[in-house]
Amino acid sequence: MADKPIEGEKRVFMTGNEVVAWAALAAKAEIMYGYPITPQNEIMHYWTRMAPKFGREFLQTEDELSAGFTTAGGVLAGRKAFTATAGPGNTLMQEPMSMAEAMRLPVVVVVQQRGGPSTATVIYSQQEVTMTTMGGNGEGLRVVYSTATHQELFDYTIKAFNTAWKYRFPTFVLGDGYQAKMRESLTIYDPEARGVTLLPAEAYLGKPGTPGVDRPPAQYRNTYNVEEELYEVLQGYFKDYEKMAPEIAEFDAFDTEDADLVVISHGVVSRAAKGAVKELRAAGYKVGYFRPITLRPLPVKELRALGGRTKQFLVAESANGQLARLLKEAAYGCPVEMLPMYKPGVGITTEEVVARVKEIAG
Amino acid sequence: MGKTVKVLLAGEGGQGVQSVAQIIAEAANEEGREALYIPNFGVEQRGGVSVAYLQIGDEPIGAPKFLTGDIVIALSDRAVHRTRQYVGPQTLFVYDSSIENIEDALPANAKKILAIPALDVAKKELHPRVFNIIIMGAVVKATEVVSEADAKKAIEKKLGYKFEKNPKLRELNYKAIERGMELVARAM
Amino acid sequence: MSVQPAMPKSWRMDTKPHKFCPGCGHGLVLKALGMAIDELGIQDRAVFGCDIGCSLLSWDFFNVDSIQTHHGRTTPVITGLKRANPNLIGIAYMGDGGGYAIGSQHLVNAAARNERITAILVNNTQYGMTGGQMAPTTLPGQKTETTPYGRDPEKTGYPVQGPEMVAAITREGSYVARGTIANLNQLKGYIKKALQNQIEGNGFSFVEVLSACPTNWRTNAEETWNMVEKEMPKFFKVGEIKVPGAGKEGQENG
Repeated sequence: MADKPIEGEKRVFMTGNEVVAWAALAAKAEIMYGYPITPQNEIMHYWTRMAPKFGREFLQTEDELSAGFTTAGGVLAGRKAFTATAGPGNTLMQEPMSMAEAMRLPVVVVVQQRGGPSTATVIYSQQEVTMTTMGGNGEGLRVVYSTATHQELFDYTIKAFNTAWKYRFPTFVLGDGYQAKMRESLTIYDPEARGVTLLPAEAYLGKPGTPGVDRPPAQYRNTYNVEEELYEVLQGYFKDYEKMAPEIAEFDAFDTEDADLVVISHGVVSRAAKGAVKELRAAGYKVGYFRPITLRPLPVKELRALGGRTKQFLVAESANGQLARLLKEAAYGCPVEMLPMYKPGVGITTEEVVARVKEIAG
Repeated sequence: MGKTVKVLLAGEGGQGVQSVAQIIAEAANEEGREALYIPNFGVEQRGGVSVAYLQIGDEPIGAPKFLTGDIVIALSDRAVHRTRQYVGPQTLFVYDSSIENIEDALPANAKKILAIPALDVAKKELHPRVFNIIIMGAVVKATEVVSEADAKKAIEKKLGYKFEKNPKLRELNYKAIERGMELVARAM
Repeated sequence: MSVQPAMPKSWRMDTKPHKFCPGCGHGLVLKALGMAIDELGIQDRAVFGCDIGCSLLSWDFFNVDSIQTHHGRTTPVITGLKRANPNLIGIAYMGDGGGYAIGSQHLVNAAARNERITAILVNNTQYGMTGGQMAPTTLPGQKTETTPYGRDPEKTGYPVQGPEMVAAITREGSYVARGTIANLNQLKGYIKKALQNQIEGNGFSFVEVLSACPTNWRTNAEETWNMVEKEMPKFFKVGEIKVPGAGKEGQENG
């Protein structure tokens, strides 16, 4: 059996789905559970081709409920387990992720967003932001990284396993159909050779010793008998989450210091925003660029500072204001005006962002 | 080098627009340049027009899709109709001259329109199977995003295992690249 | 019933008395399971998964590592666990609603994939925790909160034949039986065989247990036992349905 999936560093040219499979291997993920749905299928295709060579496992389940719950089972057994899904599959995935929040299970989920609602398109959107950040019948006790490039897809898939196992909240890598299917270059690497420590997994159930004899039994539940009991548990979770939030919140920004208008976007749309802001700056417009990399938790401190000194935010997203809703909450009370550039289920190009900013500037 | 070149290729399923875009993107990547290729996919792909978005440059590529291509290549009647929206005043529009009664549908706003007899050349001179390689030659010439040598190297990488068994195939494919380049050179 | 044996060693004493209603069948099923765990000596590597519904009350029942999941989702959780660590003995414990309604796709597919887990399904002909609604196992004519005039098979079908279905979709190597709380020794034997089958890595093991819910049935002791011993077996045949190595279908009423 081969030793390491990636020796040293390698420049490659591949699809985003292939990138995710390589990243999961590099992160020492041990088992993937999954159910077919476009546009994430090739994550499973690459994983099932490569996994056996490195002693990793795969189970194709009967649906996404099962994919999520089997992934939870894998984590409970102490394995680095992950799944990938999209669209209506992500909808079903929210039920198991709700349990993962309740039990603090470090489940990793890669989402390749497609159009919604319903089956809609298998192509692309950013319409799974609300669901991925706040899904389930809970409080959004999860971490969501929104990637923009294949390099990030690789880097953050690896990081997602570390974040999940360090803080014990379910962790999502939020991609989209474009990232899933497009090909571009990136450098894949062995994280440990770069000095990245991969946190070990740890069993929740089935630790050594006989329960009740050598150790207390490990018993996990998600049902509480009384309101106060649940309240107390959640207070502990919120405290942990609030402590974690500033440690893991990430963003990318430039030219915001003197900007009158800052284009805010996330994920693949930020590629268009970045190009547009550079072009507009070169043409003399006082515009800036801001992009939250973590959508949950958001980089609230930075957003509020920005919202305090900038006249306008232009929120560009391939959804009807799902990112904007998160931003409005984070920047509540800030004097900034938020302008929409919503194209639900449709890609946004550099040219369009440039045109929209020029239109606003008059 | 200048700014990122944006290429849109469109044709019927089986005409090979996706493999052409992918091979060129890989060739550019091999040269150490930035490349991004994304197909249209999904329900449209089944029985619809196959569209490939290809961008090559020296800076990291921005948005994966674009509104206006620098070069738009349409290989079928339906592809001409589907791709008109991607044409602007700076666009070079290329289509196959075997498409009949298409004059009225051709984009009026293109910088330049080229009709190339790629299908004819494939059928009569070479082999129908290398139609897509002729198109690849045409794209290589029209965009100059990769050199002829690198384009051939990329084909070698992709089909080398077939060439090992039948060296004549290599000759045929190389010839197809060259003819594709010639067709554009002549039409320009 | 015969002489009551002492509480199983694998029971967790500090959570007893248990939380089930008086006359509930769960305590008996869990006693049979506890005895089987004791006899097989697997307390150190068994993982007990329980569903939502009354079965959730068993989440701290044993001195065994335990996981309480969602309604119908115990089968996939235990499947995922077993796939990730095959050394564990996975037990998925659920009610008839969890196994035959909301989680039926999981039961069907785990059985079809021959997952090396043991599923134990307690059939008390209705939804207990939610207050006595019709379940897939409700008998024709039986009154429940959602069939107040009695279940009409023309409108809502006949009771699901769970073990028969599981037997039909599994291949050689699976173990399928239907026991009853009215015969605890036999039930313990079935559960033990089902666990042994997993230990040996043969395949999917499934035991349905005919159980009682006097609270929602609104029955006294006599009526309760009449239901379990006389009415339910008319639709649900007790016995082994599939036994590995038997060469043919197992013996009825074994």
